[in-house]
Amino acid sequence: MSNLPFLATDTRLPPRAGLGLKAEHFQEVLQTQPNLGFFEVHAENYMVAGGPFHHYLGRIREQYPLSLHGVGLSIGGEGPLDVAHLRRLAALIERYQPQSFSEHLAWSSHGPVFLNDLLPLAYDQASLDRVCEHVDQVQSSLKCRLLLENPATYLAFETSTLDEPHFIGEVIRRTGCGLLLDVNNVYVSCVNHNRDPLAYLDALPLQATGEIHLAGFAEDADSLGERLLIDDHGAPIDNEVWQLYLKVLEQTGPVATLIERDNNIPEWEVLLAEARQADLLLNAAGART
Amino acid sequence: MSGQHAFAAALLDPRKMCPPGLISANGADPQSRFAVYRNNVLSSLINAMADNYPVVAQLVGEEFFRGMAGVYAQSAPPRSPVMSDYGDDFAGFIEQFEPAACVPYLADVARLERLRVQAWHAADAEPMAAERIVEALSSPTLTRHLKIGLHPSLRLLQSPFAVVAIWAAHQQKPPVVFEPHAAQNALVLRNDLEVEVFAISHGAHEFITSLQQGLSLTAAIEAASDLDLEPTLASLIRHQAITHLLPEQVTQ
Repeated sequence: MSNLPFLATDTRLPPRAGLGLKAEHFQEVLQTQPNLGFFEVHAENYMVAGGPFHHYLGRIREQYPLSLHGVGLSIGGEGPLDVAHLRRLAALIERYQPQSFSEHLAWSSHGPVFLNDLLPLAYDQASLDRVCEHVDQVQSSLKCRLLLENPATYLAFETSTLDEPHFIGEVIRRTGCGLLLDVNNVYVSCVNHNRDPLAYLDALPLQATGEIHLAGFAEDADSLGERLLIDDHGAPIDNEVWQLYLKVLEQTGPVATLIERDNNIPEWEVLLAEARQADLLLNAAGART
Repeated sequence: MSGQHAFAAALLDPRKMCPPGLISANGADPQSRFAVYRNNVLSSLINAMADNYPVVAQLVGEEFFRGMAGVYAQSAPPRSPVMSDYGDDFAGFIEQFEPAACVPYLADVARLERLRVQAWHAADAEPMAAERIVEALSSPTLTRHLKIGLHPSLRLLQSPFAVVAIWAAHQQKPPVVFEPHAAQNALVLRNDLEVEVFAISHGAHEFITSLQQGLSLTAAIEAASDLDLEPTLASLIRHQAITHLLPEQVTQ
């Protein structure tokens, strides 16, 4: 499985900043044609028959590269993958020819129930085998390379025998999938689990990075009153996350970078400013390589 | 019982302790960290409901709505990752939800809002040009067994309450006064990219229901009591609700 093409006949997302596409921005995007490298959409929002979502995405896709980001496949689930959902994804890929398709190292469905959240899994041999089987199944049925996103987590499992970056590295090695490196998730998880983010990054196969996510987090406290970070995509990108991003770019060179904002969505201009900031850093990284 | 089974069950039931085998690196009580997931799941489902039922939320207030949607989410979690379908049966739940019984029209407002979401995402279809419809309908030889094809987004609702007036009153900021106790029939459809909601007469409701069921124009007229045919057809044409006419010879 190691030589799967990227989508859209082996093209990739350009090494530029992109934004998540929300319905409230459809018209603004078409009218102002912002200078962005790509847009990303949540695949599940477009699993509808017709109407404005398809109308606007079709027009925006004519002008911008597209990243299709799934949030409901439950790759880390104990049960089998939902083949009806895979068919819906295949139809979207056929229709919009995105440059990238990504999903999460997490589970969100159990039996017939969909829990609408990205839930953590134990990292042991059995779950590694299962995740690899699922990634193989996704890649062979969608006929494309999957980018697998590292999760933000709040808990760990007694039964885990592998640490997260090694688990991810092993999935990438065995399936040939790529990495969607969410730098905010790295920071959030490392704070929540008392890990060193740089050591975490060192343990990941960063050369497999096909896309980067940057986002903001919320702060909470656990039962000891210690800092517990929540990946809520509801705040500006934290300075610590920007710093980690710079460290990542030193190793990867410029890689398509999404500014993720799903809650407390600010003015469009505020999001564009974060994208410009990422573009500056990407340019600088490009000049170095 | 599998690990994820216990995890999923405890997420949806706040009375359950978090499942065994969970740890946090700093030794904090796993319960406090499990609470993040429990809160994420519940609040994301409530938010999805709030997005789809904004007028229901206004009618009962945000706090009541979130409580009611939370009870709903725990008893009826989603069965599909396609969240636009989630909450299809919320109106039925509201009818049985005793604390909301003092707002008797709440369930029908929920039904109307659900039809709006369905219309918003329904399949696309080109409306037929008004002149061609008028031309075909003016030909007495063709009109008799003509069938009228309606836009896939078109939905109807019959209510003993003034469901359209209640909904419309909440499109103003702040909402205006409304009189809920008068039966109303609603027609919901997507016209170009906008979802429209308007009240129609009882006769028009019967007539359009028959057309949706595939009855010919003549049969639909006969089936409707007290139908004002011309304004009803004119309204369907004006709102671009007619996509085709059968038999085929008039659609060429």
